[in-house]
Amino acid sequence: MDIYVLLKRTFDTEEKIVINEGKVSDEGVDFIINPYDEFAVEEAILLRDKHGGEVTVVSVGSEETEKELRTALAMGADKAVLINCEDLEAQDQHTTASILAAFFQDKDYDLILGGNVSNDNSTGQVGPRLAEQLGLPYVTMITNIEVDGNTATLKRDVEGDTEVIEATLPLLVTAQQGLNEPRYPSLPGIMKAKRKPLEEIDYDDLDIDEDEIEAKTETITTFLPPEKGAGKILDGELEVQVKELVSNLHQEAKIL
Amino acid sequence: MDFRLDEEIEFLKTNIRNFVNNEVEKVAMQIEKEDKIPERIIELSKEMGLFGLSIPEEYGGLGIGMVGKCALYEELGKTHNGYTTLIGAHTGIGTVGIVELGNEEQKQKYLPDMASGNKIGAFALTEPEAGSNASNLKTTAVKRGDTYILNGTKHYITNAIEADVFTVMAVTDPSKGAKGITSFIVEKSFPGFQVGAVEEKMGLKGSHSAELIFEDCEVPEENVLGEVGKGYMNALKILANGRAGLAARNLGSCQKLLDMCMEYVQERVQFGVPIIEHQAVAHMVAEIGVEIEALRSFTYRIAWKVDQGEKVIKEAAMLKLYGSEVYNRVADKALQVHGGVGYISDYPIERYYRDARITRIYEGTSEIQKNIIASQLRKEYS
Repeated sequence: MDIYVLLKRTFDTEEKIVINEGKVSDEGVDFIINPYDEFAVEEAILLRDKHGGEVTVVSVGSEETEKELRTALAMGADKAVLINCEDLEAQDQHTTASILAAFFQDKDYDLILGGNVSNDNSTGQVGPRLAEQLGLPYVTMITNIEVDGNTATLKRDVEGDTEVIEATLPLLVTAQQGLNEPRYPSLPGIMKAKRKPLEEIDYDDLDIDEDEIEAKTETITTFLPPEKGAGKILDGELEVQVKELVSNLHQEAKIL
Repeated sequence: MDFRLDEEIEFLKTNIRNFVNNEVEKVAMQIEKEDKIPERIIELSKEMGLFGLSIPEEYGGLGIGMVGKCALYEELGKTHNGYTTLIGAHTGIGTVGIVELGNEEQKQKYLPDMASGNKIGAFALTEPEAGSNASNLKTTAVKRGDTYILNGTKHYITNAIEADVFTVMAVTDPSKGAKGITSFIVEKSFPGFQVGAVEEKMGLKGSHSAELIFEDCEVPEENVLGEVGKGYMNALKILANGRAGLAARNLGSCQKLLDMCMEYVQERVQFGVPIIEHQAVAHMVAEIGVEIEALRSFTYRIAWKVDQGEKVIKEAAMLKLYGSEVYNRVADKALQVHGGVGYISDYPIERYYRDARITRIYEGTSEIQKNIIASQLRKEYS
């Protein structure tokens, strides 16, 4: 089975967000594989171990992304491709999906796995957009996948409930929390990872019209959520409290 | 001079750091209370290949040099010292004997399982009457046909209850003193071998030290490690080899203590200001910082010398001595910086304080290190 995984380098979930000159600052920040993409890497490795084939991890990013790709290789992926688009000015999910679509043009694949969302922009769009561009069926937010020949049976998280879907390969899926528990890269795995192929290509090496991939969105302003104020504790008779609560929800919080 | 670590070692370090922070740190209090490392942590450590840290690549280990090993030990030192000791005693004195002195057959037989962590290693030299006076062994090994029969008792053996493979020193020729000692590889399953009482300790919870009892224990001749009669020299070599790694673990613990201090002194307010604003406190963390930098430079310089193939008997003893003493000073100051909180068992400081204490005693006391250093200096200057 030829399996591809879409991977994004993102802020470590522990990092505090600092805004500097209207942008989220990445100074001194630790980066990781987007946690949802890590589920995708793990599942790809499990599927390959079960069904044979090869796992290739692809990332649209900058040179620094090599580190996260190496981590995926250390976990057990076979190959990695870095599509460098450091020079590209405005990028959004449309840009990333279009670059990936160009990359996949001449590739053979049975399954493409991605994360459900990234932990930074959290749009959840790259997977579905890519599938649309490639004309592939796709299932998002999967918590289980079983492949039998040309058919995949998937469990999909639908806001606390589970939907079971059968789909044919080739297919694109995005991983939801609960799909698996990603392994730690083993130390011998890390030593082996340096000998595994990591190909770096530039986005303009692909057959792309620059105007076509231009960002469709524009960031107008970036700001942190307002600081949370202290909570209000009500007292008095229960009946009085309930009335006050309802009135507060209605008039102050304006959520009723 | 280039003090940077190889990219690959940095990569290994980062992954150990993630593992330690995400997994081991979360159960540190549990380990302390239950005196047991959770099975999940042991399994994950095996999967990560931590048990193969000091074993050559061809036998399933990592095959990295001493500088690399120290970098990884430093990361492991930043978490529960009992856990670190289980790994460290295995990868250090528990396996180094077979790696350094074993013949090809012995290496093939034992190292792959030890690298995967399926078999844990331990080192058994100390006896009730042979502590610092290590050549005063009473355990005997008498040859009968192609088997050695071991009789005697070892005590304070780290990893005794976890281990499957022991490097054991026993007297094969009582008339020759230190030159009549031989090293053996003893398996837990050999007839006549049993583990005795487990000691209650002041610290290093989760790591266990116990007695080993040999009662007509049958050890096949092919399990002689190195040459007959060279056991005492072997033991000294194995211990010397472990010293840089031990210092690196202490370094990691010191760094962890500084990290905790720096967080605390900037948050804790007394007399209306964070306590770092008080010079007495500021000076304590400054002193801790200096001690750590000095230990770091010392550790990696000696590790580098080991990798160059230089003889470092004196320097390794100096490093063992210095690293242990620094750890104790730093733990003491870190506790002082934390005040009352430092003394409370719900916080990790007092645990490091207790765990630091053994480092001046095990794998050669501070005083024995000074003897080694002095005798090496006398040789140099005579």
